[in-house]
Amino acid sequence: MSDSIASTAGQLPLATAAAGHPSGGSVDRTRFHVLHHHPENGTLLGFWLYLMSDCLLFACLFAAYAVLGRNYAAGPTGAQLFNLPVVALNTTFLLLSSITYGFAMLESQRKRVGATLVWLAVTALFGAGFLTLELGEFAELIEKGAGPQRSAFLSSFFTLVGTHGLHVTFGMVWLFTLMVQLARHGLTAANRRRLMCLSMFWHFLDVVWIGVFTFVYLMGVLP
Amino acid sequence: MGEPSNLQTLLLGRLGWDAIPIHEPILVGTFVAVALGGLAVLAALTRFRLWGPLWRDWVTSIDHKRIGIMYMVFGVVMLLRGFSDAVLMRAQQAVSFGSSHGFLPPHHYDQIFTAHGMIMIFFVAMPFVVGLMNFVVPLQIGARDVAFPWLNNFSFWMTVFGGVLVMISLFVGEFARTGWLAYPPLSGIEFSPDVGVDYYIWSLQIAGVGTLLSGVNLITTIVKMRAPGMTLMKMPVFTWTALCSNILIVASFPVLTAALALLSLDRYAGTHFFTNELGGNAMMYVNLIWIWGHPEVYILVLPVFGVFSEVVATFCGKKLFGYSSMVYATVVITILSYLVWLHHFFTMGSGASVNSFFGITTMIISIPTGAKIFNWLFTMYRGRIRFEVPMLWTVGFMVTFVIGGMTGVMLAVPPADFVLHNSLFLIAHFHNVIIGGVVFGCMAGINYWFPKAFGYRLDPVWGKRSFWFWLVGFWVAFTPLYVLGLMGVTRRLNHFDDPSLQIWFQVAAAGAVLIALGIGCFLVQLVVSWQKREELRDHTGDPWGGRTLEWSTASPPPDYNFAFTPMVHDSDAWADMKRHGYVRPLEGFVPIHMPRNTGAGFVIAALSAACGFALIWHMWIPAALAFVAMLTAIIVHTFNYDRDYHIPAEDVIRTEDQRTRMLAQHV
Repeated sequence: MSDSIASTAGQLPLATAAAGHPSGGSVDRTRFHVLHHHPENGTLLGFWLYLMSDCLLFACLFAAYAVLGRNYAAGPTGAQLFNLPVVALNTTFLLLSSITYGFAMLESQRKRVGATLVWLAVTALFGAGFLTLELGEFAELIEKGAGPQRSAFLSSFFTLVGTHGLHVTFGMVWLFTLMVQLARHGLTAANRRRLMCLSMFWHFLDVVWIGVFTFVYLMGVLP
Repeated sequence: MGEPSNLQTLLLGRLGWDAIPIHEPILVGTFVAVALGGLAVLAALTRFRLWGPLWRDWVTSIDHKRIGIMYMVFGVVMLLRGFSDAVLMRAQQAVSFGSSHGFLPPHHYDQIFTAHGMIMIFFVAMPFVVGLMNFVVPLQIGARDVAFPWLNNFSFWMTVFGGVLVMISLFVGEFARTGWLAYPPLSGIEFSPDVGVDYYIWSLQIAGVGTLLSGVNLITTIVKMRAPGMTLMKMPVFTWTALCSNILIVASFPVLTAALALLSLDRYAGTHFFTNELGGNAMMYVNLIWIWGHPEVYILVLPVFGVFSEVVATFCGKKLFGYSSMVYATVVITILSYLVWLHHFFTMGSGASVNSFFGITTMIISIPTGAKIFNWLFTMYRGRIRFEVPMLWTVGFMVTFVIGGMTGVMLAVPPADFVLHNSLFLIAHFHNVIIGGVVFGCMAGINYWFPKAFGYRLDPVWGKRSFWFWLVGFWVAFTPLYVLGLMGVTRRLNHFDDPSLQIWFQVAAAGAVLIALGIGCFLVQLVVSWQKREELRDHTGDPWGGRTLEWSTASPPPDYNFAFTPMVHDSDAWADMKRHGYVRPLEGFVPIHMPRNTGAGFVIAALSAACGFALIWHMWIPAALAFVAMLTAIIVHTFNYDRDYHIPAEDVIRTEDQRTRMLAQHV
């Protein structure tokens, strides 16, 4: 192998090499190449970008609610419909689930798979509690004749809150998948990265919910 | 009752034999041609035993170069569809005067103009631009692939299956009759109760997911995977424009997704976002769609500005004039593109102050764009210009686009817009910038990077013929539309009463024929170049005397792009390497870490199209099944931890030695 290289090396420099050669004869190869190059892993940046795009999706739904949120069409208003104590309990569930997810992350950094799984399960429980209360609220509204078809206000309310709920649902599916993968493969680099992505997703949903809680419920009951 | 049974409705929805348009001779003819052509392709694939290679090397490929090439092929195929729509429209308008009503009834004609606009933007211009970025960006930044290679394959197939749904609408049911942005209330369930708008919505939603993920992918690639030494201000201009364009994708496509989702809720769930009753507001849709739609224009045009920058620098043998002003102009356009959307509907009646704000921001965009034009001109000034085909497209662009830009500034003046709104003047204007900008740029890019992708150049004679037919054809087709627009003719008309207008439409139709010849010459160019490939072969990897890193590797590049990651010292990294006496390394090769092919992207995208098709026809059970299958496929894919492998050093040595011998023989 080295023979064949030596025999052809003389002809090799590309035709262009002659032009304006500053260092004369010898060329410093390290100027042109690195032997080993390992680009940083971009998963977290990529996931962050995805979250920002999701954030824009919510921004549009918030904007739709801002435009249509008082178009009651002679139907019920937020002040008449919203049951703030239930919403407060709901919010508590979601905020607590973020804290317990944080505990899972702490345990994962201590490399304890079992404890991580336990905290993830607690997170899932709080998530399920949140979804149950939300679905109950939706069912009650629809029963009262205040479904999404009643007015533009209710269309935008159901869509905004429902899209958030749908995100929580997919987060739960992801959470269960990841729990199986953690149990099977342990805290490998790939799994820790996935845990981190889901963590960002889960906290992101929390932040969006703060917006929903404030903008839809608290401001919605104002006269 | 005579109603179909409940189960049949759940399974087949509203799909029945009446959905097949056997009474439309044009469609039947098209279907027969497509079916025969498709059968011929299938037979050829079987005859030459190409199914295996097709699946292994292309469909499941996560190689950014192959995906880039597939995007371009898809774009060319859809260009033929979108262009036949254009020919039908030009022919109809040329003959439909007085007592003649032409050959297209309004019901069919309206589908054609909707499909033409939507296909040309989403399934021609976008695949071309995304394909060029996919192929070129990793090579230009000295990377071996994109940041998320699997996602790249998935994005591509989502785009394709979005296009497949549009094509299905040709033969099963019908397409939207609403115009390419499907404004409500016309696109609402009350006025468009059939499947057309649903085809529109689901094909765009599926393709939109692909585009969004592709944007995330390329931003991460550019931010994280540049070769050492390539600081932001040493990135090639095409990579800069690709970065800005992808930022625009990530920041605008969610708005399209949201707007279409709300429209589908109105259509499927009976909500009242955009209806005329119970508090809905149709103008909100128009605002949302243009908050996506205006940045979309720049998503398309910024990368081709990058193409022109590379082409001008290469074919003038000079560093690009005003690199940093070019970068800042690109960034400024990126930001301003978000502050102009309302100029698409000054006539909404938002009042003088709102209209003046958006009119002024629109005019301001012409400043950075003008700076770019001057940079290209000053690069040419005292350059040693070689009028190769990519350079011809570039000069043609500069002449054409400047005029399109000026008519755009005219439309940015609100009082003028009140006269010209929705007229053929507007049609002429945006074709002026999209054909003169995006199409010319993609043709320049195809001719410029073709030798890198396939190892041989495109035949310049047929390339020049294609260019001249396109350039002349464009002006013959659209100058009459400017004139007609100034006379007050509005867009999307199926029939005209005033015979004095007919001559203008006949001239425009002649222009469309010239453009058809341009497209024909391009196709001939592909065939002729393949036949003459030995004569046109690029042995050096650097056929044009290029300046950026993609020209430092072989043509076509090996799977791993670069045996060693290059070290960058200058914005024209390859020109700098050549200047400093670069010697290709011949030893010391090491194994290279690469991602592994997978069919998951194709499968998931196909399932999403199946789900979309079922939703279009209200086939609830198949829709649910397809959705669950898609979700399952995604979850199964996440259990695949074996996503990469190493190319052994021996393979690298073999590939590089082969190139060494080729260089020794030919250079």
